[in-house]
Amino acid sequence: MALNYDEVVAKYNPVLGLEVHVELNTESKMFCSCSTIFGAEPNTQTCPVCLALPGALPVVNEKAIESSIKIGLALNCSIAPYSRFARKNYFYPDMPKNFQISQYDEPICFDGFVDVEIDTEEGPKQFRIEIERVHMEEDTGKSLHVGGATGRIHGADYSLLDYNRAGIPLVEIVTKIVPGTGKYAPEVAKAYVAELRDILRGLGVSDVKMEQGSLRCDANVSLMLKDATELGTRSETKNVNSLRSVERAIRGEMLRHAEILENGGKVKQETRHFQEDTGLTRSGRSKEQAEDYRYFPDPDLVPVKPDAAWIETLRAQLPERPSIRRKRLQEQWAVPDKEFAAMVNADVLDIVEETVLLGADPTKARTWWLGEVSRIANDKGVAIQELAITPAHVAELIKLVASGELTDKLARQVVEGVVAGEGTPSEVVAKRGIKVVNDDGALMAAIEKVCAAQADTAEKVRGGHLPAAGALIGAVMKETAGQADAAKVRELLLKYLGQ
Amino acid sequence: MSTLSRDEVAKLAALARIEMTESELVELSSQFGTILDAVARVQELNLDGVKATSHPQPLENIARPDVVQASLSPADALSGAPAQEDQRFRVPQILGEE
Amino acid sequence: MIFKTAVEMADALAKKEVSSVELTQSHLDRIAAVDGDVKAFLHVDSEGALAQAAAVDGDRAAGKKVSPLAGIPLALKDVLAQKGVPTTAGSKILQGWKPPYDSTVVSKLKDAGVVILGKTNMDEFAMGSSTENSGYGPTFNPWDLTRTPGGSSGGSAAAVSAFEAPLAIGSDTGGSIRQPAALTGIVGVRPTYGAVSRYGLIAYSSSLDQAGPFGRTVLDTAMLHEVMAGYDSHDATSINAPVPAVVAAAKSGDVKGMKIGVIKQLQGEGYQKGVQTRFTESLDLLASLGAEIVEVDCPSFEFALAAYYLIAPSECSSNLARFDAMRYGLRTGDEGGASAEAVMAATRDAGFGREVKRRIIIGTYALSSGYYDAYYGSAQKIRTLIIQDYAKAFAAADVLVSPTAPTTAYKIGEKVDDPMAMYLGDVATIPVNLAGICGMSLPAGLADEDNLPVGFQIMAPAMQDQRLYQAGAALEAALSSKWGGTLITKAPALAGGTR
Ligand SMILES: [Mg+2]
Ligand SMILES: [Zn+2]
Repeated sequence: MALNYDEVVAKYNPVLGLEVHVELNTESKMFCSCSTIFGAEPNTQTCPVCLALPGALPVVNEKAIESSIKIGLALNCSIAPYSRFARKNYFYPDMPKNFQISQYDEPICFDGFVDVEIDTEEGPKQFRIEIERVHMEEDTGKSLHVGGATGRIHGADYSLLDYNRAGIPLVEIVTKIVPGTGKYAPEVAKAYVAELRDILRGLGVSDVKMEQGSLRCDANVSLMLKDATELGTRSETKNVNSLRSVERAIRGEMLRHAEILENGGKVKQETRHFQEDTGLTRSGRSKEQAEDYRYFPDPDLVPVKPDAAWIETLRAQLPERPSIRRKRLQEQWAVPDKEFAAMVNADVLDIVEETVLLGADPTKARTWWLGEVSRIANDKGVAIQELAITPAHVAELIKLVASGELTDKLARQVVEGVVAGEGTPSEVVAKRGIKVVNDDGALMAAIEKVCAAQADTAEKVRGGHLPAAGALIGAVMKETAGQADAAKVRELLLKYLGQ
Repeated sequence: MSTLSRDEVAKLAALARIEMTESELVELSSQFGTILDAVARVQELNLDGVKATSHPQPLENIARPDVVQASLSPADALSGAPAQEDQRFRVPQILGEE
Repeated sequence: MIFKTAVEMADALAKKEVSSVELTQSHLDRIAAVDGDVKAFLHVDSEGALAQAAAVDGDRAAGKKVSPLAGIPLALKDVLAQKGVPTTAGSKILQGWKPPYDSTVVSKLKDAGVVILGKTNMDEFAMGSSTENSGYGPTFNPWDLTRTPGGSSGGSAAAVSAFEAPLAIGSDTGGSIRQPAALTGIVGVRPTYGAVSRYGLIAYSSSLDQAGPFGRTVLDTAMLHEVMAGYDSHDATSINAPVPAVVAAAKSGDVKGMKIGVIKQLQGEGYQKGVQTRFTESLDLLASLGAEIVEVDCPSFEFALAAYYLIAPSECSSNLARFDAMRYGLRTGDEGGASAEAVMAATRDAGFGREVKRRIIIGTYALSSGYYDAYYGSAQKIRTLIIQDYAKAFAAADVLVSPTAPTTAYKIGEKVDDPMAMYLGDVATIPVNLAGICGMSLPAGLADEDNLPVGFQIMAPAMQDQRLYQAGAALEAALSSKWGGTLITKAPALAGGTR
């Protein structure tokens, strides 16, 4: 039998472990001078080194080392005075050398932490995620599976390989096990990845685009009975390509593990793949034998020994920490706690800040993004960032409303148009012929008509009972199909009724 | 005397992605005893406290500036390919995990 | 002309007594005449060689300043990538592969106007000491065509010894330049690790490999050494320091007051009587020239062979993983819907020879989990002890000496089925590689019992390569005046050759 989520967290404690791979945004690859630009024609960014031609040798990209150290510092890590590259040996066609240059027992950064805050029923609550290590490695090429029904690897007739991505610098950030998150495990994981993404973006070391794969999360989940002392068996879920998926994947795995355990089964330690469409995970093909990566120090590369002066130079370049930035923004924008938490939760902080920096009023910017735009994103089931509407659009919209060229109601129509790809707000206004009725004559005609139709109400207002005006204003707005400015209507109406 | 059984050799051959015939496995397994005995001599000395050397020269912090240089032309990159299609290396179907 | 030294040829070219095209053609003729018996070459690039020769002749005619070795022919070990010219490392798995790039050594040769005649035979991927492990059949020793020329650079050594080229390039991972030089009666030098770029040198064991020069005289060898050595930013293990003044040292050849250390562990038991006799005579000669002979103790050398036969196979098991039938080289078994994994395994079975498979399997074993510390880890510690032994020995002596190989050239097929017997032949050369220092072998005469060449090995500390040439030139001069010419002039004539 299956438990529901509340029953699962009442009986079991989830334990998390998160591995995040980040593609650095260096100009050139990790060990060769090929370009890293995304989306180039296949195999145009390859050389003897990243194709692993016989005789070629790797040389480390200095910027990649610096970015890794900056990441470590931003995550409160110690920077290793001595670290090395190792070879992780296994065969796979997308990996030209058939070993990955990575770091093994001597990573460049270790022992850090990240604090994340989430909204709980008891109010905002902080969790500390401890970082085990940050290490450097390289990405693989991309394969295209041809034939078969699904375009997936299984059932394909053959594959085509493009090594443009092979050798792109990667940084892997590994947490220690994260216990004690209870029922908030999915939210904590999501908040951690979001925080990590914000830190990395702030550092300027990566594009952190989950949808393009420049930030990828593998989520380890296990369950243990509330009174148990030993950790349960974990599963590792790969291909988690959005913040929302992090949350869904963990919740899904908790439910799946619980069902297995409730039925007296054993959770298998395995790799699983998250499926965006169903929100479920699927078992990877199991290997005939346990991998033995035969790590050893790469003899083609020499140790990395950053001295204190280098580290301090890099530390001095670190930007404001996201948590500090949040405090600053909340103060500057004068946002109440609850609303600010809602912004963080909805992941609109950056977008609102950009809008404000374009001259918009902070409260209006927040209201638009968190209100109408979020609603549309929710309806479509996509992240707000994926919509066609930009901070520049919203800033323009706010300006149009402030100048009286649009009413709030009309502005919502404009948002729809922008999201539908009809252009900038001004373009949508022009194309759809949206405009505020400011013509006094037209408004007066509508007012007269309404007052005639609702003579009793009009009489009340005329008698000094002002609250009754609301109904009449509403009727006039309706009469003008929302294109009138409500303030103007009120002004004219009251004047007409002698108030 | 050290030995490496036929099955152990088969496991190593699989790790090293080398298909081996039964006779090759048996022959290698028979040769490994002598070779392993010889190399196992490295364990004769007490090596506690001795540091491992993996680089014969004490170099460190060798890195290159983050500057893009010309890549190979796709034609050169693919010049040795046993098979190609659409400017990509064509390989047989891959069994490994996704 | 082909029987002259490279220095004499260079002189004749400078004086325009002969053109490079003529010189190159006479070597191509010699190859045509004798290589059917010697089989030093895997590929002769007549067209490329003559084009390069013509270009140098053109430069000279135009009065351009050319480098000292411009226009001199050379034989290149097939382990070095040369753009557009078949490069196989002696392996079937690379049959027909033409690199799209030049190794740094080849670039330097081309820049210096050296004429590359072709690619020479070698033990597959440099694994072996007799050139019998080549995927393309053995090379034969010009002194006795029933014997091996040593290896793995047997093709290059035989080419120089058979007057097919005045100079050649080999690579030395455990003695693969010095031992074949000894067995074919010529001079061979393994430079300090990091002194010659490994970029484009098809890797066997990355921490031990080093390309180096062959010549028929110490000075010829020094000339080539100066051309091929030097810092390279494409090799992270390259030493950024000026090339030692080896040509000047070879010209001075003075050993007065030089302390020469005889390594206790590298003589006596296990060394053929004739080898030992010639070695002792050479020592006496050096003493008579004013050198001071001391004995040094290197107790850990006893374990060098064991350490080498763990480190080299371990590194090779990883280095050779790239030969997987996906991007270049042989592909077999690609039929009937075979998987990539199956094609890799079938290709590696068909493409690799026995010795290569043997070493890959040993290396895979030594690196596998549970065995790493006992094997690979211990071997790397032995390496530390060997470095310490050398440091102590070099505190007592300027150079160290030993016989190069325990025996003279053995019969083809004699040891091919007994890997351990073959490995023992490297006992005196391997310590140099493990410590990353430099070594030279030069002819010490013929062994009484078989009339075959005996090599005298000189070792010097890292980046003190000039000491090899200084001591080597002194010994060579003394021996030559005793014999009335260099040893190679005593070599038997080959059928088809005029000598
Ligand atoms: Mg990794
Ligand atoms: Zn590249």
